[in-house]
Amino acid sequence: MSNEPRTQDSTSVDHFVQQKYRHGFVTDIESETVPPGLNEDVVRWISARKEEPEWLLEWRLEAYRRWLDMTQPDWAHLNIEPIDLQAISYFSAPKSDKDRPQSLDDVDPKLLETYDKLGVPLHERARLAGVAVDAVFDSVSVGTTFRKELKKAGVIFCSFSEAVKDYPELVRKYLGTVVPPRDNYFAALNSAVFSDGSFVFIPKGVRCPMELSTYFRINAAETGQFERTLIVAEDSSHVSYLEGCTAPMRDENQLHAAVVELVALENAEIKYSTVQNWYPGDENGIGGIYNFVTKRGDCRGDRSKISWTQVETGSAITWKYPSCVLRGERSVGEFYSVALTNNYQQADTGTKMIHIGRNTRSKIISKGISAGRGQNAYRGLVRIAKKAENARNYTQCDSMLIGKGCGAHTFPYIEVGNPTAQVEHEATTSRIGEDQLFYCLQRGISEEDAVSMIVDGFCKQVFRELPMEFAVEAKALLEVSLEGAVG
Amino acid sequence: MLEIRNLHATVGGKPILKGLNLEIADGEIHAIMGPNGAGKSTLGNVIAGRDGYEVTAGEVIYRGKNLLELEPEERACEGVFLAFQYPVEIPGVNNTYFLRAALNAQRKYRGESELDSMQFLKLVREKLQILHISDDLMHRAVNEGFSGGEKKRNEIFQMAVLQPSLAILDETDSGLDIDALRLVAEGVNRLRSEDRSIIVITHYQRLLDHIVPDVVHVLADGKIVASGDAKLALKLEEEGYTWLEQGGIQALNVEIRA
Repeated sequence: MSNEPRTQDSTSVDHFVQQKYRHGFVTDIESETVPPGLNEDVVRWISARKEEPEWLLEWRLEAYRRWLDMTQPDWAHLNIEPIDLQAISYFSAPKSDKDRPQSLDDVDPKLLETYDKLGVPLHERARLAGVAVDAVFDSVSVGTTFRKELKKAGVIFCSFSEAVKDYPELVRKYLGTVVPPRDNYFAALNSAVFSDGSFVFIPKGVRCPMELSTYFRINAAETGQFERTLIVAEDSSHVSYLEGCTAPMRDENQLHAAVVELVALENAEIKYSTVQNWYPGDENGIGGIYNFVTKRGDCRGDRSKISWTQVETGSAITWKYPSCVLRGERSVGEFYSVALTNNYQQADTGTKMIHIGRNTRSKIISKGISAGRGQNAYRGLVRIAKKAENARNYTQCDSMLIGKGCGAHTFPYIEVGNPTAQVEHEATTSRIGEDQLFYCLQRGISEEDAVSMIVDGFCKQVFRELPMEFAVEAKALLEVSLEGAVG
Repeated sequence: MLEIRNLHATVGGKPILKGLNLEIADGEIHAIMGPNGAGKSTLGNVIAGRDGYEVTAGEVIYRGKNLLELEPEERACEGVFLAFQYPVEIPGVNNTYFLRAALNAQRKYRGESELDSMQFLKLVREKLQILHISDDLMHRAVNEGFSGGEKKRNEIFQMAVLQPSLAILDETDSGLDIDALRLVAEGVNRLRSEDRSIIVITHYQRLLDHIVPDVVHVLADGKIVASGDAKLALKLEEEGYTWLEQGGIQALNVEIRA
């Protein structure tokens, strides 16, 4: 690339914006969707539609221009049909109530059956299935009580769009500081066209009084395919955040490219738990969500701690590496993961632990389960920077194979720049023991129960890290996801 | 209880059992001895229905039912129990949880109500006491990190909870020191009853000092070649299996099979 300056100074951007608006773009803003395709106009349109401030539009445009120069990465152990990004519509407003199912009677019975198996409470089913909002009064009231209590504690928990309007300084201060727009292809794309997401701010010294869950952020419905989340924990604060839910959500977008940024200041702790159960495609590998996520936490302050826990059972393709940048001295990063692939699902997931500060510690526990023709790869980087005296990492990564058509792969990368570092890596691969299975059968336990029991045991170390009720759901979810995997 | 007629079985295409006959009455303990590779463990696995053990001829009638038609878990629910030679570890699965799942699966099969955790704990405590097993074992994952002795005792403990009609102890004595052996044998003896038959598969006579069998069979080359009372085991111990081949067996008052 040449060093030729890009035309990005603010006057030229302003000029550009003006010009486009003059071309009558404003008149379109009331419409509900933009036509498929991505160009600079679309980025402007989204920003205008959301009534965003100038700086954010500029930020998006910068990301867009960076993205133009990038190519889709192909280093992952994934077999991906080319994605036609020009065939996607980059903005669609939430559906109006008229277009939604009017009651559970209008919902696909198969979906309801799954809710049943997962034990989803009746009043939650309607919301998950996308039934018109006024029919879903229960969750609304729960959401309202929730908000009051948080406000009392000084915690900000709202949609990203609201945050841009109500707390622009905070958003501007932290947005893109952990995952810069140029970070990677999908992060750049997200930065240019992100739809909505969550914003969380925990002020100094506050321990968030409850688990924050997207489940209860009622206006989170259909945040769309380009979700953006930012969580900031000030000095000595603490928050536990839950994302997703075990029940399959109705979703018509094939491509998901979310970005999550976490910032932990001195002594702060963020615990981020994910249960991802997007549509995985059918038994023949037709359909299903492509999930390309960039998640990163920055342990910016001394003695801060960020802990990722994920249970990934959905999506046709998962490409995801929740990471920790351990900048502060004595900061701690953790990654606990269960990734399950069945049928034709593919996952390439893992983490990056970047040790920069002294006496930093990290721990990685990864459990991959493959069944059917599923392919499961663990990819993890542990980097100890030159100045990271006495950094320590422990990695344990176990794979379990169920049946003969699936695969498990491990790609650990270890870069040690300081001789005082201690890095441990343990890896195992086991076929679901024929021995174990027979042992269970011989005691009278059915094959299906035996498999879910063995898998549950295999995942125990990770489930332990999940909040209680989530752990119970996660277990049920694995059972449902493994149905028909044996026999 | 059990009647096996002309049983032939192969493992990986290789014939192991070659026309085995065996009859066990209710409440009896039969020991099956024999040299390595004779087919002792294969017999246990065939009765339990393990994958990969293919029956090519013969029949196994258990309490009037054709056992070979049943799935392994159905056989278990019908009261067939195999104490494994190498009990399997299942990491992360709690021992108590596992056993309760097993018991409840069997109760459900028999049309009985499932036990809740309180009822089950009560039952477990009773059995633990009888077998002198510390309840520390119950808090750990199934066989994970158990010593050899603990694993074997855990098998007998499971047997005590599941109360099978036919128990097959597959080399339960292997890898045990003499104290552990005695404990295991004591446990088995407590489980002797009129309506429970036990097959003790063993290589050595020493287990039979503690669990005294009603009948001793010698299994060689896929067939029962001799049957007798406990004295047969002692003689075998004295003379070794080669003695069998040299026709020494005729000297004893035992039934000799073709």
